[in-house]
Formats: sequence, structure tokens, C-alpha cells
Amino acid sequence: MGWLQRSASDTQVTHRDRLWLYVVAAIIMLLLVIPTFIVIPMSFSDSQYLEFPPSNWSVRWYDEYFGSSKWMRATVTSFQIGVLTMLVATPLGTAAAYALFVSGHRAARAVFMFLITPMIVPVILIAIGAFYAFGRVGLNNTITGLVLAHTVLAAPLVMIVITASLRTYDLNQELVARSLGASRLKAFFAITLPQIKFSVVTAALLSFLTSFDEVIIAIFVSGGVNATLTKHMFAALRDYIDPTIAAISTIMVLVSSVLLLATQFIGNREK
Amino acid sequence: MTARQYFFRGALILANDSNQSAEASTALPIHIRDLTKRYGQMYALDSVDLEIKSGEFLTLLGPSGSGKTTLLMAIAGFNRPDAGSICFGDTEMILTPPHKRDVGMVFQSYALFPHMSVAENVAFPLQLRKVGAAECTERVAEALATVQLSEFGERGIDQLSGGQRQRVALARAFVFGPRILLMDEPLSALDKKLREHMQIELKHLHEKLGVTTVYVTHDQREALTMSDRIAVINHGRLAQVDTPHVIYNQPANAFVADFIGESTMLPLSGDSAGRLMFADQVVTTELPADAVADHLLVVRPERLFVVRDETLDPQKTIAFDGTVREFVFQGETAFALVAVDDRHELSVRFSTDSASSQNELRPGDKVSLGLHREDVITIPDNA
Repeated sequence: MGWLQRSASDTQVTHRDRLWLYVVAAIIMLLLVIPTFIVIPMSFSDSQYLEFPPSNWSVRWYDEYFGSSKWMRATVTSFQIGVLTMLVATPLGTAAAYALFVSGHRAARAVFMFLITPMIVPVILIAIGAFYAFGRVGLNNTITGLVLAHTVLAAPLVMIVITASLRTYDLNQELVARSLGASRLKAFFAITLPQIKFSVVTAALLSFLTSFDEVIIAIFVSGGVNATLTKHMFAALRDYIDPTIAAISTIMVLVSSVLLLATQFIGNREK
Repeated sequence: MTARQYFFRGALILANDSNQSAEASTALPIHIRDLTKRYGQMYALDSVDLEIKSGEFLTLLGPSGSGKTTLLMAIAGFNRPDAGSICFGDTEMILTPPHKRDVGMVFQSYALFPHMSVAENVAFPLQLRKVGAAECTERVAEALATVQLSEFGERGIDQLSGGQRQRVALARAFVFGPRILLMDEPLSALDKKLREHMQIELKHLHEKLGVTTVYVTHDQREALTMSDRIAVINHGRLAQVDTPHVIYNQPANAFVADFIGESTMLPLSGDSAGRLMFADQVVTTELPADAVADHLLVVRPERLFVVRDETLDPQKTIAFDGTVREFVFQGETAFALVAVDDRHELSVRFSTDSASSQNELRPGDKVSLGLHREDVITIPDNA
């Protein structure tokens, strides 16, 4: 156990002194991930009901999921809405972040705070508001409606990611480009965008995930043939407890984890 | 027009072609009239009139916040003045956006594009002008040769030293043959030795290109070294515009005298005969235009000399008797403070030549300092 005596940092603190910290950190990490990972063994159960730990193993609930046209259609809908949200929220959020960052206007900070309020307001308020507003214009149960509502949630994330990236960028490069003969638009696309592209991709992936994982707004404004995967899962949980949900959850955890790891990987490349 | 001719129209004269100067046909004068820019109640530029001659190297020199960068940015088109006119030649530019002004610009931070190679950086303005690939390659190569970076085209920006980055920024700014070159403290990020080396190089480059150059700096030595003329600017107004020699030897006012070089200023009093006096000495009988105003005598520390045994001709020399207060060795020169009366001290700078007798000065020594009459500078005291 020699490592316990060694110093843990550039100070005199040893790993032994820090042992309690490691234990606390480990407990916190377990508490954070157990609820997520507990569904994985449950999804491989042979039982009719959700049980942990499973008494017999099988992949029948995966067959159930992949064999059900209802689940498959919901999955396709979720991916469609996720991709569309990504395509709308990323350019909108990037343009807003750039404009507010460059303007230096007194009101820019206030406008920024206003635009990111959807991150602070309880999502259920946005859901109720969207439900009534969409009811008047016939956007409930449509893909367009849900994409618009999800864009409200995703655009602030894009703005925060892009603004953070612009902070480390030397805007003089755009001035130089303009003095050398590039219009503002050309300077942005030729000089600025290539240098923040990894942040833009990260923001796009986060937009997709925001929509893909979202359930509250989906419950209110999606339905019928355009109901999302999360809305179906929520309904299924309410009506009958079925390990198919665990199988779907496992797949969603996998998709989300891969995308998040991708954003981390891309984020590191920019540095 | 062949590529070669086009290249010369671009004012890019290489070292081996330096006899074929293209100055007259390519450089443009800049006429600035009544230029005013306000930020709130603060005047960054206050009715500035400035004529920048074709092919001239003009330096805007001033302390930080004096308005020199505001003026440069107005010429580049990055800020919109509240009033006034900026003409390039006969063309009014005040409403022209920066990308249509055709000026090359070098920033303090260089602002090289890190996602492009050295050659791609330099090619950027050519590509915007739709220059063909072959000619583009040729001109990039010649520009890089001019700044002695021929071997560096394929390098990434992060593989360059500070001085090399500076040269890439320069090459990028002149490769497309602008008729005006603007530089905003381009050397301030370099260490002292490299900066002094680059000052000389920039001066040579300017001679080679013959392009009208406006250079911003707060470093008076840099301005004196490089400029054809210096525009000293303070509080948004021009304090004096002239050649380095005149700026240094005949400052127009106390600000210029104080800001450029070292100086001590002594108050002069007029006597009944209309002469300007310090204590009981006649400083000058050649009265300045506004003889009514109070005047100051500007003494440059290096123009003073220690008087030993020789007797001075009062027709040619003014003498100050005083007591040494401080004596400091600073390497190539030594510096002394000499009290000439109760309220006034003169700064004196000596060569540290081992043979010279000034090296023996000690605080408390009585000393007599001489100043040749041709080194006398008087300015009106507006304070």
C-alpha cells in the first residue's frame, strides 16, 4: 500500500489524507449512475415484469421492441424531430451568439439573458404555453410544432457553447480579413466559422440530444402518428409495466452516451 | 496586362529590381479634413486635419487614449467618424466599407489565420480578388521572399516565432498591392532587440514598396527611427506634424517637448529689453512670434556638457552653475540631476566613455553645465 504514503499533488497532502475524499466521490458517482445503469440488466430479464436482479436472462424484450411497428415508427419520429431541431437550432443559436458577442451594445447582455430563459423556466410552463399557442394555429401533433418547441430549448444551449468558443477567438482576424477585401459575411464563413467548427458540431449534437431525450413538451404537443419515442414510453409506463421500456431505455442511454462522448472528443480537438 | 506587370502595379518591388521604382504610379495621398469622432461626451478625434503625402511613411504617435488608433481605424473604415472627410487621392472614402478600401493592414496581434498555412494566409487577399492560381502562387512566393520567409510557405502558424509571424502579417498586407498600408503597433509584442531589428527592416520594406504608410505607435524612439514625418497626437488633436528632426529639435509646444525624448523645462522671464532670461542669463534675443506669452526653455539632457577649466564664450554658450543631486550609471550613458536653483533641477546625460571626466561626479559636487546657443529651444508656456 505504498501509494497511500505518496503525495497526491504538489503539496504535502498524501493519498492517505485524501482517502475520505475518494470514498465520498465514489459514492456520489455511484448514486448518479445507478439509476441509469440499473435498467441495463433489467432489460435482459426473461420476466413479464420489471425486476432486479433478473432471475432469468433473455433478449426477448429487444425482439419485442424491434418487432413492433408502433415502437419503430416512434423511434423514426424521434430521430426526425431530433435532426430537424438540430438543423434549426444550430444556425439560429450560432447567429444569435455571434451577433451578441460582436455587437458590444449595452443591451447585448440583457438580450442574451432573455434568449437563454428557456433553460431556466420550468419546461412544463413552456409545454403548456406551446400547447395552447399551437392549438390556435393547428401545430399540435405536427412535426413542425414539436421542432419549434424543441428549438426553444436547444437554441440557448447552442448560444452558450458558441459564445464560450468565441471568447477564445481573436476577432481581429475578421477585421484583418475585411481589410484584405472580404465582406463581413465572407469573413465569417472563411475565417471565423472554420475556427469554431468543432464547437458548432458539439452544439449541433447537444441540440439533437435535447430533442431526442425530451419528454415533457412531447407529452403535450406530440401525438398520433407523430408521437415521439419518449411520449410512447411514458404512456407505456403508465398503462402497463413492461420490460420493453428497459430495453428501449438501454438503447437510448447508448445513443446519448455515444453522442456525449463524441462532443467531448470534438471539444478537445478544438483545444 | 501580364502577370508581371500586374505585379508591379501592385508596388511590389523586389530587392533585385529596386531600381525600377513604381512609387509615383501606385501610392496614394490621404487627405483628412475636419475629422471628428465622439464617444459620448469624449472627443476621440477633434477636428483633425492631416495631409499624408503619396508614398510617405507617416507615424501617428501619442500616449494611450490619445486617439491615434481611432484615427487609423477611421482610415481603415472600421469606425464611422461623426464629421469630416477622408479622401484617398481624389476619392471620398468616408462611406466606403473596409473591404472596398483596398488598404493593407497589420494589427498588433498579427491576427494570422491559424487554420491556414503561411502561404494560404498570404494568398487570402489574392483569392478574394480572383487572381488565377498560377499568378497567385507566384505572387505569394515573391511576397514571402520579400520578407525572407521563402522556405516557410508550408508551415503552420503555430510553428512560427513572433518575428516570423510579424513578417507573414506584413506579406499578407502588401501582397495584393494596396496603395495604402496601415499598421497598428505591429512591433509592440516583440522583445527589444527584435523590435529594433524589425524597425530597420520595415523601413527598408517601405522604401522598396513605395506605398503610403500610416503607422501607429506610442514608442517615440520607434517613431523617430522609422518615419518620414511624425504626427504627434494628444486628446484627439494633432500637437505637431513634422519630420523627426524638427519634432525633436523644435518641438512646437510643451506636450511634444515632454513626450518626445527627455527634457527639462525651465521658466523664462522677459526683461525690459525684450529678451528672455533665466535667472541673470540672457537665453535668447530672437523673440518668438507671441512674445507676450510666458516661455519655457527646453533643455535636452544630452545637449548639456560639463564645463571644466576652459572659459566659455557667452555669445555661443549659456552656462548653468549647480550642485549634483544624483548620479546614476545606466550602461551606455550616465544620468545626473543637477540643481540650478532652489526650485529647478536639470537632467544631464553623459557618455560613459572611460576617458571623460564626468565619470567622477559625486552628489554634492559643484558643477558648471554648458549649453550651446544653437541647442536652445524655447516654447510658449500654455500651462
